[in-house]
Amino acid sequence: MMNSKIPEGAINEKWSNYKAKAQLVNPAHRKKLNVIVVGTGLAGASCAASLAEQGYNIQSFCFQDSPRRAHSVAAQGGVNAAKNYKNDGDSVFRMFYDTIKGGDFRSREANVYRLAECSANLIDQAVAQGVPFAREYSGYLNNRSFGGVQVSRTFYARGQTGQQLMLGAYQAFMRQVGKGKIKSHTRHEMLELVVIDGKAKGIIARNLETGALERHVADAVVLATGGYGKVYYLSTLAMGCNSSAIWRAHKKGAYMAGVSWIQFHPTCLPQVGATQSKLTLMSESLRNDGRIWVPKKAGDDRRPNDIPEEERDYYLERRYPTFGNLAPRDIASRAAKERIDAGCGIGPMKNAVCLDFSKAIAEQGKEAIEAKYSNLFTMYLKINGIDAYKEPMLISPAAHFTMGGLWVDYNLMTTIPGLFALGEANFSDHGANRLGANSLLQSCVDGYFIAPYTIPDYLAGELKNAKATIEDPAFIEAENAVRKQLTQFLNTDGHLSADYFHKTIGKLLYDKCGLSRNKENLEQAIIDIAQLRISFEKDLKITGDDTLNSELEKAGRVADYLALAELMCYDALQREESCGAHFREEFQTAEGEALRNDDNFCYVSAWEFKGKNIAPELHKEPLVFEAVKLSVRSYK
Amino acid sequence: MKLHLKIWRQLNAASKGEMIEYEVSEVSEHMSFLEMLDMLNESLIQRGERVIEFDHDCREGICGQCGIMINGRAHGPLTHTTTCQLHMRSFKDGDTIYLEPFRASAFPILRDLKVNRKSFDSIIEAGGYISAAIGQTPEANSIPVSYEASEAAFDSAACIGCGACVATCKNSSAALFTSAKINHLVQLPQGKLEAADRVLSMVSQMDAMGFGNCSNTEACEVECPQDISVLNIGRMNYEYNKALLLRK
Repeated sequence: MMNSKIPEGAINEKWSNYKAKAQLVNPAHRKKLNVIVVGTGLAGASCAASLAEQGYNIQSFCFQDSPRRAHSVAAQGGVNAAKNYKNDGDSVFRMFYDTIKGGDFRSREANVYRLAECSANLIDQAVAQGVPFAREYSGYLNNRSFGGVQVSRTFYARGQTGQQLMLGAYQAFMRQVGKGKIKSHTRHEMLELVVIDGKAKGIIARNLETGALERHVADAVVLATGGYGKVYYLSTLAMGCNSSAIWRAHKKGAYMAGVSWIQFHPTCLPQVGATQSKLTLMSESLRNDGRIWVPKKAGDDRRPNDIPEEERDYYLERRYPTFGNLAPRDIASRAAKERIDAGCGIGPMKNAVCLDFSKAIAEQGKEAIEAKYSNLFTMYLKINGIDAYKEPMLISPAAHFTMGGLWVDYNLMTTIPGLFALGEANFSDHGANRLGANSLLQSCVDGYFIAPYTIPDYLAGELKNAKATIEDPAFIEAENAVRKQLTQFLNTDGHLSADYFHKTIGKLLYDKCGLSRNKENLEQAIIDIAQLRISFEKDLKITGDDTLNSELEKAGRVADYLALAELMCYDALQREESCGAHFREEFQTAEGEALRNDDNFCYVSAWEFKGKNIAPELHKEPLVFEAVKLSVRSYK
Repeated sequence: MKLHLKIWRQLNAASKGEMIEYEVSEVSEHMSFLEMLDMLNESLIQRGERVIEFDHDCREGICGQCGIMINGRAHGPLTHTTTCQLHMRSFKDGDTIYLEPFRASAFPILRDLKVNRKSFDSIIEAGGYISAAIGQTPEANSIPVSYEASEAAFDSAACIGCGACVATCKNSSAALFTSAKINHLVQLPQGKLEAADRVLSMVSQMDAMGFGNCSNTEACEVECPQDISVLNIGRMNYEYNKALLLRK
């Protein structure tokens, strides 16, 4: 049985109780303690800056050429906070409830409540840093609505909210670099976790400019390395996003939870060709004013503007009259897939639906729409050469966010003591489906407000222990293992590129472990992946050497994706219910909605790595609901 | 379509580089420029050759990691567009395209089209922030910011730090990048307190990193993917002179 270490007390007292009892480190001792933070997105940068401010020494690592480029920068729509500035009935409890319900009752109550509780403070923090959120003419902060809720609690900075929050965190981070409290290692990739006497004590990192392997020792290690949606190859993620840091920690003993819970974002640009590398996201905020439709009749080849009103099917408004176009992401994506599979998709590959602004433009005027979304319309024009003020955008669901990740307890600590996972890299707050604008929130709250209590609580216990050194046999062993793998990649005399394997596993997952899954397909996928892994070992071809070499970087990431993909299928196969983004075709209502099984599956699936070619072992963390009642999630 | 590419290949900062010719065929107009390079690299792997190293990440124009001089223009023929957002429909069959790295002494070449832009981070480190300690901030709405000021601050804050302004500038000046951050912060009430120290420190760091001076050609604004106005530079100079004048 997993121990999630939830504090005592009523739901609204737990975090206060925790903070009151958390152990502290004397300021004079803090400079003796070192923390490695891998990843410089919102979670990593905010955690590094917060701990550095407290006086700890931070070593930070990112694979990008600057900490500012982490993929948090790409989040568009906004960040949620229960400020109730609109006086529309919002509260911490309501936000907590929306998030629990949005996650289809598969997240941990105490964590979610804490997320909502800390949300208001994040807006204060960001404003103090100079984040230029949208304002009313009065000078006060503005809000908008996002999917899955009926209040206006989303703060935004045009369509670049992630970028602006990211710059706030990056600037706080660089300030600490300037003070000498953070040592920033850019173009470095973590390739192994070092565990000594059962505790995380360091990493092996590869300097991507020179190829040199480096040993870094610390008193605690934080992984804030983001999600692994790029396992699908075609996704909304950056090309470099990867699962390697968390996967290598998993192989060292950290459990992975909710692994197959992947969010497919409903408003992305569809695939148009075989060489495509990216499915660009268009912010969910567009659904505030855009109406989604497909032609009523299948195989309609007319351009969207040539299809008359009465021949359009506004399927979200039809199926979910209460929430309409603002239905949560999993539901909106599945509804799109249902229509596309029924032959009603549009566009050259018949794989898209319309997102139509004509009504909003007629009602509010083009200027009002421009003020809200101009950067998104411009982006659309650049990519497709189409003016979306004049004809509907074509959109389609794409792999986006991973609700799953490293299992963490209430402290955000993994099953390896001293190893913490923050932001999208952990599984904790979103259950089986994440609500829009909760991702920026979670990464920031983890880094600014939670880790600064829970990591010192752990470090306080480490102060008296002997310091690990980079001469420890565990470091030598880890470095040798990394070197061996890199040499193996370079020496495999095959004929297929790393990208070939990446695209192949991505397609396989889209087909068999994507928006909908079934037993037969998942079992077949596990067999197919095993074969693909064998092929990878003998058919891979990497040119260049072990210095700066982007192909060598890709090979390591793809190797980990292949192993992760297998675990995703095991996870999806074992969970014989539908919940949130996890839709098992065998378990649905007569109306095609997800059918949860609370009697048998009201738990978190946490998987333990048992070795290559050995089935992973399942551990269960029962989900106990005390503050809310389990109910059927309806947006009708 | 079929294209002739002339690409700068250079092993490292110390070695001598050269233009190497490549041919690519079956390029579709829907492909992005970087997907065309992916395709070329795939064929190089098949031929057993080292791939062309180029920087890229988000491929949606916001991370600022990509940047190639294409036919002598930073990020290619379109204005206000990153390399990753450039699509092959901007070229035609039979075109010859020259690809070079962003060149500036403050951006040393790592390999091929990859450069080191740590000098930008160091300018931010020198003062491109508001010193708000974490956890002790006031209620957000206790700092009203006028709609106009907030929008103007955003216009400056939108910079993605790609370095196109430096690459296109005949002086390799980082004035647009530096001034954008200075103006983002100085236009907000939260950022005014540290304005004088910030501008002096950031400008001094900009000079120390070997960026040239601004001579008002305004080329940077044309190439800036975020359309950041050169008026930022004027405002930076104003803030700089004011800070010098009032310095105690």
